Amino acid sequence: MTDVKRPVKLSCRNLWKVFGAGSEEFMRRNNGAASAQALGEARLIGAVRQASIDVHEGEIFIVMGLSGSGKSTLLRCLSRLIEPTYGEVNFDGRDLLKASDAELIEIRRHKMGMVFQHFALLPHLTVLENVGFPLSVQGVPKPEQKKRAQAVIDLVGLKGREHHYPRELSGGQQQRVGIARSLAVEPEIWFLDEPFSALDPLIRREMQSELMRLQGVLKKTIVFITHDFDEAIKLADRIAIMKDGEIIQIGAPEELVLNPATDYVAEFTRDVNRAKVMSAQSLMRASAAGGQHAGKVDAKAKVETFAADIVGANLPFAVTDGKGRLLGEVTPQAVIDLLAGRHVKQAQP
Amino acid sequence: MTDAVLTHSDSRISALPGWRVAALIAGVVAIAFIISWIVPGAWDYPTQAIIPFAEWISAIMLWIKATFTWATRGLADLVNIPLQLAIGFLAKGYRIYLTEGFITLPRFSWVGVCAVAAFVGYRFGGLKLALLSGLSFLAIALFRQWDSAMLTLALILVCVPICVVTGLLLGIWGYLNPKVNRVLIMPALDLLQTIPTFAYLIPMLLLFGNSPVSALLATGLFATPPMVRATVLGLSKVPQDIKDFADMAGCTRRQKLWRVLVPSAKPSLMLGVNQVIMLALNMVIISSMIGAGGLGYDVLLALRALKVGQAMEAGLAIVVLAIVLDRVSQAAALKRPEQDTTQKPWVQRHASLIAILAVLAVTTLASLVLPAFGKVPNEITFTTAPAWKAAVDWVTVNYFDVIEAVRITFLLYVLNPLRAFFEGLPWLGVVLLLAFAGWRLGGIWLALIVALLTAFCATTGLWVQTMATLYLCGVAALIAAAIGIPIGVWASRSDRVEKVVTPFIDTLQTIPSFCFIIPVVMLFRVGDVTALIATVAFAVVPAIRYTNHGIRQVPHELIEAGTAAGCTKRQLFWRVQLPVAMPEIMLGLNQTILLSLSMIVICAMIGTRDLGQEVFKALSKADSGKGLVAGLAIAFIGIIADRLITAWVERLKAKRGLA
Ligand SMILES: Nc1ncnc2c1ncn2[C@@H]1O[C@H](COP(=O)(O)OP(=O)(O)OP(=O)(O)O)[C@@H](O)[C@H]1O
Ligand SMILES: [Mg+2]
Repeated sequence: MTDVKRPVKLSCRNLWKVFGAGSEEFMRRNNGAASAQALGEARLIGAVRQASIDVHEGEIFIVMGLSGSGKSTLLRCLSRLIEPTYGEVNFDGRDLLKASDAELIEIRRHKMGMVFQHFALLPHLTVLENVGFPLSVQGVPKPEQKKRAQAVIDLVGLKGREHHYPRELSGGQQQRVGIARSLAVEPEIWFLDEPFSALDPLIRREMQSELMRLQGVLKKTIVFITHDFDEAIKLADRIAIMKDGEIIQIGAPEELVLNPATDYVAEFTRDVNRAKVMSAQSLMRASAAGGQHAGKVDAKAKVETFAADIVGANLPFAVTDGKGRLLGEVTPQAVIDLLAGRHVKQAQP
Repeated sequence: MTDAVLTHSDSRISALPGWRVAALIAGVVAIAFIISWIVPGAWDYPTQAIIPFAEWISAIMLWIKATFTWATRGLADLVNIPLQLAIGFLAKGYRIYLTEGFITLPRFSWVGVCAVAAFVGYRFGGLKLALLSGLSFLAIALFRQWDSAMLTLALILVCVPICVVTGLLLGIWGYLNPKVNRVLIMPALDLLQTIPTFAYLIPMLLLFGNSPVSALLATGLFATPPMVRATVLGLSKVPQDIKDFADMAGCTRRQKLWRVLVPSAKPSLMLGVNQVIMLALNMVIISSMIGAGGLGYDVLLALRALKVGQAMEAGLAIVVLAIVLDRVSQAAALKRPEQDTTQKPWVQRHASLIAILAVLAVTTLASLVLPAFGKVPNEITFTTAPAWKAAVDWVTVNYFDVIEAVRITFLLYVLNPLRAFFEGLPWLGVVLLLAFAGWRLGGIWLALIVALLTAFCATTGLWVQTMATLYLCGVAALIAAAIGIPIGVWASRSDRVEKVVTPFIDTLQTIPSFCFIIPVVMLFRVGDVTALIATVAFAVVPAIRYTNHGIRQVPHELIEAGTAAGCTKRQLFWRVQLPVAMPEIMLGLNQTILLSLSMIVICAMIGTRDLGQEVFKALSKADSGKGLVAGLAIAFIGIIADRLITAWVERLKAKRGLA
C-alpha cells in the first residue's frame, strides 16, 4: 500500500443482504437499519449487514472471515450476482444497482473478472476454449479470441496444455485456467472467491506467489475472499474482517495486529507470525544522539527481512524513509522481544 | 397392502409402543367398518349414483375429433414424413412418386446396417461393444427377424429425437419457471407415468386411426416424461459456481442457457436419452396393437395363434434389440470428448459420419447387383421356433400334472380367497382408512387427496375392478418384495453375490414388459397365476437394487460403533443396518409397486379381470371414455401408493435426522 490515496474503484455503503420472505419490505420499513435481534424475530437471515467498504484502484482488498460469515454473499452483492436487499454499490463512480440488464452485461464483459472456489470450468471445452469463452460470448472474432486466450494462458504458465480438457488437469492447473479465463477480457476489477482453498497447502502457497507475480505485472484492483488469515496477510494491502455478516474492522495487516478493534480480531491475529507482519517502523524508537548503527533498514521493511542480521550484529539499525532520511532506530532487543512474543505495543512516531 | 406395511413399520419406528399402535389401527379399522355397515350405500356403491365420467370423456373426445380434424390430419401428415423416410430406408424401400408411377429406392442393405451397428458400438464402447452390437444385429438377421426388427427400429429412430427435443424444451421451461414446474409440469408427468400404457393407445386410435402415426404419438407421449425430468434435474444440478460464471462472463440469457447450462448438464441429459430410448422401445412394442407393426405385432399374432416358437423368437429379438440400444446409448452417455478435434479439417472431424454413410451407400448399391445383400438369403438363416415348441411340449407332457397342481392349488387356496376378500371390501371403509393413513403420514392435504382419488374409483362404478387390481398388484408386489429384499440383503453382504446379481438385474430391467409374458404363458397358460409370475419377474428389480444399495451405503462409522458396542453380526444387521437402510428399501418397494401396477395392466392381454381388462376391452372397441376412466383409476392407485409411501419415507428420514 502506498501512502498516496488512489481513486476509489468500487465501494458500497450500508449494504445489506437479508434472506427470507419479505426481507426487502422489512429493510425498507426499518430505513436500512436493523439489529441482529430484530432480524431474528422477523425470521430473517442477515447474511450481510450494513457493509461499507472502499476498494482503491490497484489494491488487493481482502475479505476475511469464518465459514458462514457472509463473505461470498458480500462478493456476490458487489458483483450483483445477487441483488442486495438494501444499500448502494458504486463502481467507477456509477450506481451499479441502477444498471439495466444490458448495461450489466456490458460491464461484466469488459470490466469484471471472477475466479471461483471450485474453478467453474466448463467440462465440455478445452483449456483454450474455456479461456476464450468470455471473449466468444462478446462476439470477438475467432482468430483474435485465440490470440488473446493464448496470451493469458502463457501468462499463467499453462503453455502446452491448450488442448486438454479440464478433467485432465490437476487442481492447481485447473485454477490457473480459471485465472487465465478471468483475465482474458482484461478486467478492471478482479473478484476472487476463495480461489485457493480447494487446493493442497503446497500448491496453495505456489498459487499465492503466482498471484503476487501476476499482480506485480497487471496491477489490477482485486477483491479477494479467504478464510485463511495467513493467506490474507501474505497478499493483502488491506483486510476487512467479517463476523456474522458484519464487517468489524478494516485495515492493513499491521494495523489489525497492532490495534485489533475487538477481542474477536485479536483472537484471529494472536497466532500470527509478527515478524512477517510488522515493519521496522512499528518497532522504531527515537535514535539516541551519536548512537552506533550496524546497518540501515527501510521503515516499511518487514522485521522478518532483517531479523537475522540485526540479532547477529547485536547493534541497533538505523531506520530510514524512502528517500534515505533517518527516522529513528531499531534495537536488537526489540526484535528479539517481538520474535519471542514479548512484544509490547509501542506508540507510533 | 399398504396397511400391512404401515402396521409393521409404525410398531418399529413410532415413538408409541407397538401394542398401542396395533390397537389404534385395529380401532380405526373397526370404526371404518362400522360406519360402512350403518351408512346406506357405503358397502356397494349404488349403481344409480355412478357419475358418468366415461360418457363425458367420450363426448369430449368425439367433439375434439370432429372439430380438430384439420389439426390431427396436419399433425399426422407432418409426422408421417420422417416416419415414411425411416421405414422406407430401413425396412421397405422408399418410394418417390413421379408424374407417372414411382421409383423405389432400395432399403439399406442388412450387411451395411450390421456393419454400422458394429462401428457405432466401437466408437462409443470399444471392441467389446462393437462385438455385442454387430453380432446382435447379425443374429436378428439370421433368425429371420430382420424386416420386423427394422420396422421397430425405424419407429424408434423417428420417435426418440422428437421425444428428446420436446422433453428438453419442456424441461428447460420447467427449470426456468419453478412455479410452472411445480404446479403444472411435475403433476402432469406423474399422471402420464402412472396411466397405464394401454390407456394412451385409445385416444390416439380414436384421433389418428390404426396406423404407425398413432403408435408413434402414443410412444412419444409415454417416452417423453423421463427426458423432462432429466432436464430439470440436470440443469438444477449444474454447480452454482458455473451458473455464476456464466453471469460474470456477461452471457445473455440465451447464451447462458445454450452455451453453459445445457452443455454442463450433458451427462444427466444423456441418461435421460437412454431412458427415452428404452421406454420408446417398450411402448413401440405395445403400440403394435394400434398399428405400429414390427416385432411387437409378430409377438401379438403368434400369441393369439398360440404359436409358441414364433412368439419366443420375436420376443428374443426384442430383448436383443433392447440390450443393444441400452448398452450403446449408455456408453454414448458416458463418453466424453477424447481429444480436441477442433483444429482438424472438416473431413477428419466428421470421419465417423462419412464412414457410416459410405458403408451404407456401398452395401446398398451392391444389393442392386447381389440379391444376397438386399434380403437375408434363406440359405443362411435358421429358425429356433421348432426347438422352442419342442421344449415347451416336452415340459407340458412330462410336467403337466405338477404345473397344473401348483397352479390350481395356488389359485384355489390363495388367490381366489384373497380376491374375494378384496372385492368384498366396502368402498367407504377403504376411503376412510386410506384417508386416515394419509392424515397420519402427511397431514390433512394428503388425507384429502387420497380420499378423493379413492372415491373416484368408487363413484365411477369401477370399485370391484379397482379392488381386483389392488389385489393382483398387492400380491405381486408382496411376492416381489419377499424375493427381492432377501436377495438384495444377500448381495449387500457379499461382493461376489453382487457381481453375479448386478448384470442379471440390469438385463432384466432392459427387457420390455411385454416380453415377460411370453415364456410364462407357454407354461401356465392364461389367468391370474401367469399374470402374477410375469409381474413378479418384471417388478423384482428395484426391490433388489434399492435394498442392496441402501444397506451398502450405511455409514461405516455406524457399523464400527455397533461392533464396538459389542453387537453380534445378527444384532448389527437387525438393529443397525436394516433400520438405517429402511428409507431406501421403502423407496425400492415403492418402485416395485409402481412397476407391478404397470405390468398387471398389460397382463389384461392374458385374461385378468381387473381395471386393466376394462382398458383392454375399451381399446378393442375404441371407447375412449371407458378406457380413460379405467386408466385414470389405475393411475390413481399408483399415485395413492406412491404418495403414502413417500410421505412415510420422509417421516422416517426426518426422525433419523437424514432429511
Ligand atoms: N440463498 C440463501 N438463503 C438463505 N440463507 C443463505 C443463502 N445464501 C447464504 N445464506 C446464509 O448466509 C450466510 C452467509 O453465507 P456465505 O455463503 O456468504 O458465507 P461465507 O462466508 O462465504 O462462507 P464459506 O466460507 O462457507 O463460503 C450463511 O449463514 C448462509 O447460511
Ligand atoms: Mg463462500
